[in-house]
Amino acid sequence: MSRRPEHSAPPEIFYNEDEAKKYSQNSRIIEIQVEMAERALELLALPDDDETRLILDIGCGSGLSGSVLEDADHMWIGVDISKAMLDIAVEREVAGDVILGDMGEGMPFKPGTFDGAISISALQWLCNADKTSHNPHKRLLKFFTTLFSCLTRTARAVFQFYPENSDQIEMVTSQAMKAGFYGGLVVDYPNSTKAKKYYLVLMTGGAAPLPQALGSAEEERRVNYIKKRDACREARGKAPKKSRDWILAKKERRRRQGLETRPDTKYTARKRSGRF
Amino acid sequence: MKLSTYNFLTSMAIKGVKVGYPLKLTINKKEVVETEFNATFVERLLPKLDWSAIYSAAQVVELTDDIPAVQPENIAENEQLMQKLHHLLFEIDVLDGQLECPETGRVFPITDGIPNMLLNEDEV
Ligand SMILES: C[S@@+](CC[C@H](N)C(=O)[O-])C[C@H]1O[C@@H](n2cnc3c(N)ncnc32)[C@H](O)[C@@H]1O
Repeated sequence: MSRRPEHSAPPEIFYNEDEAKKYSQNSRIIEIQVEMAERALELLALPDDDETRLILDIGCGSGLSGSVLEDADHMWIGVDISKAMLDIAVEREVAGDVILGDMGEGMPFKPGTFDGAISISALQWLCNADKTSHNPHKRLLKFFTTLFSCLTRTARAVFQFYPENSDQIEMVTSQAMKAGFYGGLVVDYPNSTKAKKYYLVLMTGGAAPLPQALGSAEEERRVNYIKKRDACREARGKAPKKSRDWILAKKERRRRQGLETRPDTKYTARKRSGRF
Repeated sequence: MKLSTYNFLTSMAIKGVKVGYPLKLTINKKEVVETEFNATFVERLLPKLDWSAIYSAAQVVELTDDIPAVQPENIAENEQLMQKLHHLLFEIDVLDGQLECPETGRVFPITDGIPNMLLNEDEV
């Protein structure tokens, strides 16, 4: 028997009350989903201005990924096909609004609604035909076309997903490009079987360089990144504004989002004398 | 479902529907939840609001004394109106009711605060 849940039953059946409860209470699952949602939010590369944005969470489930958006002070709306998962989200009193809907039928929002979209561990479900009337290519195209339309023209959409094979990656990305998106795949920790994660990064506003993957070189660099990442996190709460640490953390964040950033030197954040 | 979300929802996904907006809102049960007023966020939302949908929502919840029928200019400078908009958009939670497609009359129920936008096979 296959270990992939999307092979066992349609999502609205698989995520029934029992599974939804188990899923939402498992501390290991919570930890992983939160970490991936944090990375997705980072890859969204929202402007670094501490403003609240409106974000769409696709396949939001019980709101684990949404909690990351809330912690970052963003507003969100979630769509999911499992009522059982959404009921738990409501029960947990998440700040986002949730809507019962099927990605493959299209996103039911008016043009230009969202400043960004994330989707954690949901897209692979769309690659399967659960009903005789389902055609995965068509459903993916409908999904991406309507998603493109409901995003603003500077928005990104970031999908962490579990592709089954390279054909599936090809199917998903080609339908996304057909719908008008630019972008591609960012693979974090490609050399680790456990930590390897796929992020499809889609952009609406034209081609831009893809963000750097984590741990793309040898193990040592990976450790280094994690350290830097922790430093960034710490800086978010702690380092005083405009201090060297604050600037370094901000630049590191920009680099990880794939934005153009000047290299760090010993002059970074040095006090200027005021003279030229 | 908050009324800010109502402002964004369409029935465009139904086969043959052209605009599917604004949906006709009916409320059977609602709740008022206080939330923090974020002036800059409401301001950033202004260009994304469809005033006719906002006003019809205000009619349903009987807040037409607070929300003018025609969109005033320079709303962002009117602190009082911004507060009232915040209340309408973020503090009223629809628990039970329905949304109706303006073109086909198709009804989407709202239960336990969750709008059900799922379509039937023959509507896709
Ligand atoms: C592994 S869960 C992830 C939930 C949430 N994003 C998180 O990080 O905890 C996958 C979710 O995708 C949803 N899903 C699967 N297929 C879907 C579809 N066609 N439309 C909407 N949601 C779908 C499932 O119902 C499930 O809640």
